[in-house]
Amino acid sequence: MTSIATAGASVTEQHAAIAGGRPWQRLVLLAVGLLVALGLPWFVYPPVAMDIAAWALFAVALDLLLGYCGLLSFGHAAFWGGSAYATGLIAIHFGVPFPVAVFGGALFAMLLALPIGYLSVKRSGIYFAMVTLAFAQMLFFIANQASSLTGGENGLQGVPRSFFGIEAVETDSFFFYYAALPIILLGMWAAWRIVHSPFGRVLVAIRDNAPRARALGYDVERYKLIAFVLSAGLSGLAGGVFAVSHGFVALPELHWATSGEVVLMTVLGGIGTLWGGVIGAGLIVLLADYLASSGFDGIGIVTGGVFMTVVLLFRRGIWGTARHLWLTRRRS
Amino acid sequence: MNAVLQYTVQGLAAGSFYALAALGLAVIFGVLGVVNFAHGAFYMLGAVAAAVLLDTVGMSLWLALIVVPLLMLVFGMLVERLLVQWLLPLDPLYNLLLTFGLTLLLVDLVKRRYGVSGLPYERPDVLSGRIQVAGVGLPIYQLFVIGVALLVCLGVWLLMTRTRVGMIVRAATERPELAGALGINVGRWVTPVFGFGVALAGLAGVLAAPFRAITAEMGSDFIIILFAVVVIGGLGSIVGAVAGGFLVGLVEAFGQAYAPTFAQVLIFVLMAVVVLARPAGLFGREEATA
Repeated sequence: MTSIATAGASVTEQHAAIAGGRPWQRLVLLAVGLLVALGLPWFVYPPVAMDIAAWALFAVALDLLLGYCGLLSFGHAAFWGGSAYATGLIAIHFGVPFPVAVFGGALFAMLLALPIGYLSVKRSGIYFAMVTLAFAQMLFFIANQASSLTGGENGLQGVPRSFFGIEAVETDSFFFYYAALPIILLGMWAAWRIVHSPFGRVLVAIRDNAPRARALGYDVERYKLIAFVLSAGLSGLAGGVFAVSHGFVALPELHWATSGEVVLMTVLGGIGTLWGGVIGAGLIVLLADYLASSGFDGIGIVTGGVFMTVVLLFRRGIWGTARHLWLTRRRS
Repeated sequence: MNAVLQYTVQGLAAGSFYALAALGLAVIFGVLGVVNFAHGAFYMLGAVAAAVLLDTVGMSLWLALIVVPLLMLVFGMLVERLLVQWLLPLDPLYNLLLTFGLTLLLVDLVKRRYGVSGLPYERPDVLSGRIQVAGVGLPIYQLFVIGVALLVCLGVWLLMTRTRVGMIVRAATERPELAGALGINVGRWVTPVFGFGVALAGLAGVLAAPFRAITAEMGSDFIIILFAVVVIGGLGSIVGAVAGGFLVGLVEAFGQAYAPTFAQVLIFVLMAVVVLARPAGLFGREEATA
């Protein structure tokens, strides 16, 4: 049976993609990506642009685990939301510049990922998805109960946007976007480095044939745990930026619907493509924003329908389909 | 002592919903290899259908207990034919994602049609009030729920162990390749089994209708606890699903009574302990859980 990560793209295709084609193609893609990231707040409402950037990093972090380890986590809301709360609390109580708070939140997410990951990587496939889902929901209940710390159902209010006293960044969402973008880009660069490192190749080897990797002497569970913690850390960066951008943290950030949403973005963009998640995040955030502003309250009908269509008919996702077409065209 | 009896009944009643629904989840997983994320949504649909039928045609709870599961059986078979079957040859995670999408769709459809506030449901007079047992007043409806759940579980157990159909389904659950090699057409049972599992979720929903708030969101916490139940009991184990369901119900009831702050967390702590000590679940077999 083909695993979920390789079902879309053939193995040779993935190798071609990892090798990256010709250098000039990579440079063009990188330049286009950077231009879009820099120009985004000119074309969309800046807070929405920030949402897109944060969700994009979240989706990339999930794909690091799903596409390159073959592990579908249905509990990544724990790290996104956990870091959002930690970032918010650090910013409120210590008044540090927001990047410090965000990195503190990401660190908290990684600490959280250690026990959850340790227990979860004992299982794979469908079991892994269910166990991560359940642990994340446990965190949701804890945050709901600890209302003196988290504000319970009211959420954590009044997260400050402190940035070395530079007023433009602290008050204007447009300038805040450019202050927070480096954190997002750093996270994406880290994901890219991890995937293209020897460590990343071992992850792919484990994904494709775990018994063989074990026979070659790799400690499979340890590699999976490290990947899980790294993915949680990147999700934490994204969640922290999201919290500071909104100025408050709502309880639904920890709910399984959030875990599902990031899975949807990753699948829509293309599993195992890393950058597909960026496209998926952009589309879903813009779609949700459009539906909300047009007064349509059944967003689940649209996202649920998109999800089912993608899974039934379109399993390579957008980036995966584009890459497939490009590679088959070049070969012929 | 009195309090213990009261919490035990309360826990077993809550556990009845989990046991029935988890039984459906286990049968579906066993035969199709699909973890049905939409099980919580099907449970919600069962409760909503009971409430709507009572409101529009005045259907009693007694009749709804038979009619709604039959409707859900048909609905489940349609879902399997139209959606689930196309992904069966692929990684089972795809069907988890598909049924996740279906959940979002169903929940918001119900929300748009019937609003976010709960639908009303009056329980029949016979089942209201309390009955005195050993000096403790126990709610009749909770006892009724436990009775129905035990009867249905017993019925499913007899169906599985005493009939030819049950034998085939068990063979297909335990060793699908071997069953196929012995000339049993496993594929023929896929659609009815999926419908049957959905019907069990619907039945749990009907039973919950007079007992819980009937909202579009009522399945969203339910499905997570259901996952914990099958992880604890052992995925694909029919006995494990039922035992896990009642166990989780008891943990929830006693947790709410003695440590209300941690009641919901306790279930997941129990799950963590099981994953650590017996990764395959209490009643699961190691090779069936990869």
